[in-house]
Amino acid sequence: MTTLNPMDPLLKIYSETESIRLSSGTPIADRVVTDIFAYTEKLANRVVLREDSVQTSWKDKIDKIVISRVFGYPLMLLLLGGVFWITIAGANVPSEMIANVLFAFQDVLTQWFQLVQAPAWLHGVLVLGMYRTLAWVVAVMLPPMAIFFPLFTLLEDLGFLPRVAFNLDNMFKKAKACGKQCLTMCMGFGCNAAGVVSARIIDSPRERLIAILTNNFVPCNGRFPTLIAIASIFMTSALVLSQSLLAAGMITLLVLLGVAVTFAVSWALSKTILKGEPSSMVLELPPYRKPKVGAVFYRSLIDRTIFVLRRALVVAAPAGALTWILANVYIGEVSVIAYIAGVLDPIAKAVGLDGFILMAFILGLPANEIVVPVLLMCYLATGQLTEFESLFELKKVLLANGWTWLTAFNTMLFALLHWPCATTLLSMYKETGSKKWTFMGFMIPTVIAFSVCFIIAQAAYLLGLA
Amino acid sequence: MKLKMGDRSNALKGHGRVMREHFGIRTTGEQYVIALAGNPNVGKSTVFNALTGLHQHTGNWPGKTVDNAQGTYLYRNKSFLLVDLPGTYSLLAHTVEEEIARDFICFGQLDATIVVLDATSLERNLNLALQVMEISSNVIVCVNLIDEAKKKKLSINFNELQKELGVPIVPTAARNGEGLQELQNAVFAMAVEKKKTWPKQVPYSEEVERAVCALLPKVEELGLARVINPKWLALRLLDSDVSFIETISRYAITQNQKTVALQQQGGELTQ
Repeated sequence: MTTLNPMDPLLKIYSETESIRLSSGTPIADRVVTDIFAYTEKLANRVVLREDSVQTSWKDKIDKIVISRVFGYPLMLLLLGGVFWITIAGANVPSEMIANVLFAFQDVLTQWFQLVQAPAWLHGVLVLGMYRTLAWVVAVMLPPMAIFFPLFTLLEDLGFLPRVAFNLDNMFKKAKACGKQCLTMCMGFGCNAAGVVSARIIDSPRERLIAILTNNFVPCNGRFPTLIAIASIFMTSALVLSQSLLAAGMITLLVLLGVAVTFAVSWALSKTILKGEPSSMVLELPPYRKPKVGAVFYRSLIDRTIFVLRRALVVAAPAGALTWILANVYIGEVSVIAYIAGVLDPIAKAVGLDGFILMAFILGLPANEIVVPVLLMCYLATGQLTEFESLFELKKVLLANGWTWLTAFNTMLFALLHWPCATTLLSMYKETGSKKWTFMGFMIPTVIAFSVCFIIAQAAYLLGLA
Repeated sequence: MKLKMGDRSNALKGHGRVMREHFGIRTTGEQYVIALAGNPNVGKSTVFNALTGLHQHTGNWPGKTVDNAQGTYLYRNKSFLLVDLPGTYSLLAHTVEEEIARDFICFGQLDATIVVLDATSLERNLNLALQVMEISSNVIVCVNLIDEAKKKKLSINFNELQKELGVPIVPTAARNGEGLQELQNAVFAMAVEKKKTWPKQVPYSEEVERAVCALLPKVEELGLARVINPKWLALRLLDSDVSFIETISRYAITQNQKTVALQQQGGELTQ
């Protein structure tokens, strides 16, 4: 193997061609590809005779709309919003039913503990800590996931995702990233850790790093329930129907914001520490297929919902116990939890949150799913409310703890933008093999989350809106 | 690098085949090396299996995590080594697979390259064939899946296609073994009988052609014409990123040096 000679004649010519490459309006690489394709089209038309060439198939007609410049984006938004709306509107009732059953069982459990005269701390750790957190995770997370995942998988099965990638390719190219990042981003809606791993499909190391570092900006299913719960209770309206529409609109906007941040960060990275030009890719649009409904349900319920739920439970149980202990161990007059929250409070207030919320996000590092349950437990441990059976009760708890629209809005923003969960960070480390990039993967979202929330909070305080 | 006996005898015959080692290709004695290129899902592997049967072994491309399948077959008492390239849509090297395919077609010193096309979507597939034809003149176009095309009521004028491309066209339905005999015939004619072809080149738009013309004298000055088509090189200088050029440069110059060295050595030996 010869070593590269910097005086390499070929490289010398290459640098001399720079002027030709840049002189024409469209990049010459694009012209070359366009020319080849124009020629193949001509050739194919000459040698191939289509007997049924008159009628274009309905699939082509649909594609004309789905990937058209005019209707492409609105249709995508509409579908996305529609999926959220069905999820929110449909999840409410089963959520309440599950909560009713599970919390009724909590009372039964409490009675049993009293029967055997178990010590109060054991009841606290196991029932008020572990069980209640578990119940909340299940009640809040299961219904939206059981609705969202099958819908998402259905779209995937239809062949819609490659079309989304096709539509967004241009945007990614403008952000100097690879179009395939769209697919890893979509994966991120399911799970950011999976999204990070799926970045392997991107060949260029530079673009793969960008995809890994920005994957966290789309909300994974661990964060969707948080967003959905807060959006549903704070986007109030007189009519039930328009309330869920409002909430769905809010979530759609948040997702759009996440995607916008993805573009912005990708672009910024490409301009600074990960300089380079985007590479192109060939995307074959698969034919539309009738989705196999049974397979869709199996895949989304077993593979995703149950899997994610199990992970949430495994993390939620110890986290619930830990939170209860922290809330019930006192240093002098103050519980540990209140003490920590007090320390965090000044920072949290500056970004429009409060100490408990920030602590819940920190405790939620192992899994974002537990942020809301932990937060509730913190509030309930210090307050008096013990019974809550619906999202309406949840709102009462939050309002009693001084939540305003700003708190709700910034909590959603923070949930969308903040640091990735531990599993995602671990995947980042495994995929990049670098502590530095994993650290960047942690710092970029963290800095952005604090900055965005800070600006909004300060603006709201200044204008006297909150 | 030490030369093996086989290489030296090849060198004496004027074949500069040393670069094959670089791709993990080892030929035994008088064996013709044929590459099999094609888009994904065109039945490339079916053609490969149909031709080589059980005489194949798989591994990785040297230093890459991409599968490499090689197989041998005998035809009219000649031995052929068939190398299955990764399925790619183009050779513009945006992916590792495309890079491998491009490098091998470019520098593998092949006796023939078979490009397998999907008869049901010729328009999309022809793109790859044209790109291969820009690099090499030893190209055979195998239009596979003609049975499916028939089902879809597509009729293809193969004579017209052959005239337009200037290379042998073989229609096949590899699944049913249809056309494989003709394919082997075409390979034999090209590799063994050294039958010449005149592949037609893509007519580029004025802007591109002008840029190529401006660059061509400089490229020809490099004296690499023996190992690489100057027009193709000029095009790549215009449309690729620098890492691509570095790879080409590494291969082209190494190979050029080796070919020259071997010819000198061959000359000494014969003296």
